[in-house]
Amino acid sequence: MAVCVAVIAKENYPLYIRSIPTENELKFHYMVHTSLDVVDEKISAMGKALVDQRELYLGLLYPTEDYKLCSYGYVTNSKVKFVMVVDSSNTALRDNEIRSMFRKLHNSYTDVMCNPFYNPGDRIQSRAFDSMVTSMMVQVC
Amino acid sequence: MSPTQWDFPVELCCRPMAFVTLTGLDVVYNAVHRAVWDAFCANRRADRVPISFKVLPGDHEYPKCRPKRTSYEWYIPKGILKTGWMNKHLNLVPALVVVFYELDWDEPQWKEKQSECATRVEIVRQSLQGRNTKVAVVLIQKKTPLPPGEDVTASERAAALCNACELSGKSLFVLPHTDHLVGYIIRLENAFYEHAQTYYYTEIRRVKSHKEFLNKTTHQLLFVRHQFKIAFFSELKQDTQNALKNYRTAYNLVHELRAHETNILEIKTMAGFINYKASVTYPNPDPLETQTGVLDFYGQRSWRQGILSFDLSDPEKEKVGILAVQLKERSVVHSEIIITLLSNAVAQFKKYKCPRMKSHLMVQMGEEYYYAKDYTKALKLLDYVMCDYRSEGWWTLLTSILTTALKCSYLMAQLKDYITYSLELLGRASTLKDDQKSRIEKNLINVLMNESPDPEPDCDVLAVKTAQKLWSDRISLAGSNVFTIGMQDFVPFVQCKAKFHAPSFHVDVPVRFDIYLRADCPHPIRFSKLCVSFNNQEYNQFCVIEEATKASEVLENLTQGKMCLVPGKTRKFLFKFVAKTEDVGKKVEITSVDLVLGHETGRCVVLNWQGGGGDAASSQEALQASRSFKRRPKLPDNELHWDSIVIQASTMIISRVPNISVHLRHDPPALTNEMYCLVVTVESHEKTQIRDVKLTAGLKPGQDANLTQKTHVSLHGTELCDESYPALLTDISVGDLHPGEQLEKMLYVRCGTVGSRMFLVYVSYLINTTIEDKEIVCKCHKDETVTIETVFPFDVAVKFVSTKFEHLERVYADIPFLLMTDLLSASPWALTVVSSELQLAPSMTPVDQLESQVDKVVLQTGESASECFCLRCPSVGSVEGGVATGHYIISWKRTSAMGNVPVISTVITLPHVIVENIPLHVNADLPSFGRVRESLPVKYHLQNKTNLVQDVEISVEPSDAFMFSGLKQIRLRILPGTEQEMLYNFYPLMAGYQQLPSLNVTLLRFPHFTNQLLRRFIPTSIFVKPQGRLVDDTSIAAA
Repeated sequence: MAVCVAVIAKENYPLYIRSIPTENELKFHYMVHTSLDVVDEKISAMGKALVDQRELYLGLLYPTEDYKLCSYGYVTNSKVKFVMVVDSSNTALRDNEIRSMFRKLHNSYTDVMCNPFYNPGDRIQSRAFDSMVTSMMVQVC
Repeated sequence: MSPTQWDFPVELCCRPMAFVTLTGLDVVYNAVHRAVWDAFCANRRADRVPISFKVLPGDHEYPKCRPKRTSYEWYIPKGILKTGWMNKHLNLVPALVVVFYELDWDEPQWKEKQSECATRVEIVRQSLQGRNTKVAVVLIQKKTPLPPGEDVTASERAAALCNACELSGKSLFVLPHTDHLVGYIIRLENAFYEHAQTYYYTEIRRVKSHKEFLNKTTHQLLFVRHQFKIAFFSELKQDTQNALKNYRTAYNLVHELRAHETNILEIKTMAGFINYKASVTYPNPDPLETQTGVLDFYGQRSWRQGILSFDLSDPEKEKVGILAVQLKERSVVHSEIIITLLSNAVAQFKKYKCPRMKSHLMVQMGEEYYYAKDYTKALKLLDYVMCDYRSEGWWTLLTSILTTALKCSYLMAQLKDYITYSLELLGRASTLKDDQKSRIEKNLINVLMNESPDPEPDCDVLAVKTAQKLWSDRISLAGSNVFTIGMQDFVPFVQCKAKFHAPSFHVDVPVRFDIYLRADCPHPIRFSKLCVSFNNQEYNQFCVIEEATKASEVLENLTQGKMCLVPGKTRKFLFKFVAKTEDVGKKVEITSVDLVLGHETGRCVVLNWQGGGGDAASSQEALQASRSFKRRPKLPDNELHWDSIVIQASTMIISRVPNISVHLRHDPPALTNEMYCLVVTVESHEKTQIRDVKLTAGLKPGQDANLTQKTHVSLHGTELCDESYPALLTDISVGDLHPGEQLEKMLYVRCGTVGSRMFLVYVSYLINTTIEDKEIVCKCHKDETVTIETVFPFDVAVKFVSTKFEHLERVYADIPFLLMTDLLSASPWALTVVSSELQLAPSMTPVDQLESQVDKVVLQTGESASECFCLRCPSVGSVEGGVATGHYIISWKRTSAMGNVPVISTVITLPHVIVENIPLHVNADLPSFGRVRESLPVKYHLQNKTNLVQDVEISVEPSDAFMFSGLKQIRLRILPGTEQEMLYNFYPLMAGYQQLPSLNVTLLRFPHFTNQLLRRFIPTSIFVKPQGRLVDDTSIAAA
């Protein structure tokens, strides 16, 4: 399923990034970082649309050729980005599944934000969020 | 594996052209044939049809056609595209075979020749068995043919030949060998081209017809193959549009292929081929070498050809195969190829505005350069992208780049870079583990002690050897060993914050500030010097902490503790200095903080923070800290939370607090134009004598500009000041003051207009004080402002009345009237009217003396003083807007003012008055009162004021209160300028205020002259006293 999940702040620095431990972590960092190019482009293209009608899910950002991985993006109204890298060989994973995974991630992120002791902009250190991400990474693979 | 394997094969890159073979031409020995061939192949310019010709012998063996499959049901494709296929259709299988044959229509041995020709055609057909290749015959003739239809023999024989060779008439051509050879050849070519197109068209149809037999599960590869073939044939047919369309479809089909590690190379190769074809706009200019063609299918491993199952059937063979490929691979300088490709990619992503992808590729490029041992270029690239990652806060990536960069700088023995990267790798942004950090710190300390660092891990052994040599050379090298590194562009392991204790300091107290330092490295680190620079460099010398020299080794323990930064602990260094008196009112700013690591004797590095500290990450951290609601855990005394320290890099130097009092005494409001007195009292409360006390007083600057023109200040109250006096008196020296002494200064302000004004009184002085054993002269000042309202001292009302005190709208020429002035005091203070004066305009003449009637009158608030003047205005004719009356001048002062205070003259311009001429003036002479039953003589004077003789009708109406004698009704004439007197004797009958018998005058020439007008001049009633009694009347005495 998801091999890497990242939450990126409005200013484009990572708030949270986790990948499956077996693979090279750096690779995923680079991948998420370069995905932001596409996110930026999509957001600026979307800018003209009405805010309340906007689709938060950005769809496929880019398929990387080397690792048979695809990254998907999602952006909240406060311009916090979620990027998820999935194994593209997993055909069970369709757009709808990805969409629902993002929604789950968003809900969990909202919970983190609701924590009065969390300072927006800090790295996310939450056990609940961690376990949710773990469940998304484990689910199928 | 040669590097050219990564280039596209030549058959892919060349422009596909229809392939036509020519047979039966002996180009070596036959001159005619040679000429024909030359005409075909020489000077093929772009306007000729795209055909590639080849001369082959008539019995040439063409590639055999495989038996056509009728069903694909059991067929499993072994790969996507065979390596020979493109070449086969470009160079081996012709679209058209042309048989050249020398035969004239009038050939005597026609029969034999015809059958020989048929045999040749047959041989060609034989070798093309199973293919759709067209065959055409060209007869080379020596004679120019007659126009068609004229040569009967020719058409008969042509039909017979076609029949014998089984050719359609369209495939038989005649080539007369004459002067116009090239023209004939071009016409031939065009005909060939048409045939070829038909051939490729049928080929496309043929490939398309396979499609219906395919299914998606087993024949995925065939879909791609067929689509590619269709596209390629379209290209041969010169149908670019369809070719492109089909290549695109093929590309999409490639995407649908199931990719696995074993076939990914094949798929990518094919995708690359198709993509290349699809983008014809990128012609490859220089394909170096042809594919040697040892593989059956493009992109398959030679030992695994045609094997489709993804699990490896023969692991041993696989292993050997991989080893073999790897062996070949070793001989290739991949880095060069990769770097070229990467730099192309960088350009591409730069063009399409993908900065992060670009950075990522540049990192890869840098790493590739590192592997290629080109450390200079690697460092340059890595250094370039570092700041992108740093500014976006991707610390993991930054750390990885820094690690590579550190290796590069180590291997080149680049001292400054090595130190810079170490500083950052030890810093809080680095995600390195502690053991790595302590290794780097150890190396850094070694470098600072002018020793060689240990090599970085995972470096090439040879390169390390070279590096060690370089480092040892470095040590022996004398020269600049001081490096200054600016901290604001990266995240070093020492953080610095400067903070002034207050946003402003009085000049008579020392300026204090703290420098906070904190190290993030794993081990304590010593520094040798800490110094601070200011915008005024004179302070720099006071703000230096330096390691004690050897002489004071007694203090060593103490200094050691001081000059050492313990990881995680915030160190505070207090500095203080005495500000210069010139800097009063200026900002003192910390321009930089320098921390020196290492010794100037060995190597030292100066960490330089611009302003009050802070580096590339600190502003974001400060923002986060300011947002945080988290309670910070309590720390032991004298320790601070780093996040809670806010940088304050500048402070204002302000003047010493004055210790004097300034009082203002005055009696508001000010009256317009008076010399308003303002008494300033300055009292010193200082402990010592104050010197050079100066006063600046007057209108506060920055108010309405008109006020400045209408306000004047003077120190002398005895004379009125005029326009030349300023609105603000500056720097009036008032001498020195002893402790407790006070002085008084009077200021006089003259305000020309009403309204409120702000006045400023500013007292400055000098005093000597001592701070920190330094004597300084401080300039202190104190100011007071006061708002003063200015009002008119009095209101003056002027009116014109008739001699009967009746209000006059206008006055009549030559007839006396009264001017009444009314002075109403509006001042809260008593006013003394010193005198008043009426200055008449030339048009007015006084009737009697014009002396003042209000001299020395004192007016309290709300009281008024009136004057009355009798004037006459000679006839002037009609004047627009009336006649000027003159000025009324009042001289006054405050009653309370002293004798030497000047008198103020207020000039009031009197209103203009309208003067009217009248034809007749009547005035009456009569006593001021009458008495009952006593005769009352009344004389009326009638004056003709015109130049005409006036006819006047006069009548007197009787009254109940009077009897009278005289002319009751008369009509008379008055000559110009003369006067007529009428005498009456009235006899009052009743006491009291009685109506007189009224005189009515009618002027025949002036019907407008009415009795109403007349009444203004003559009295209409008189007071009649009762009859008198004798003085000795007892009744009065009794009363």
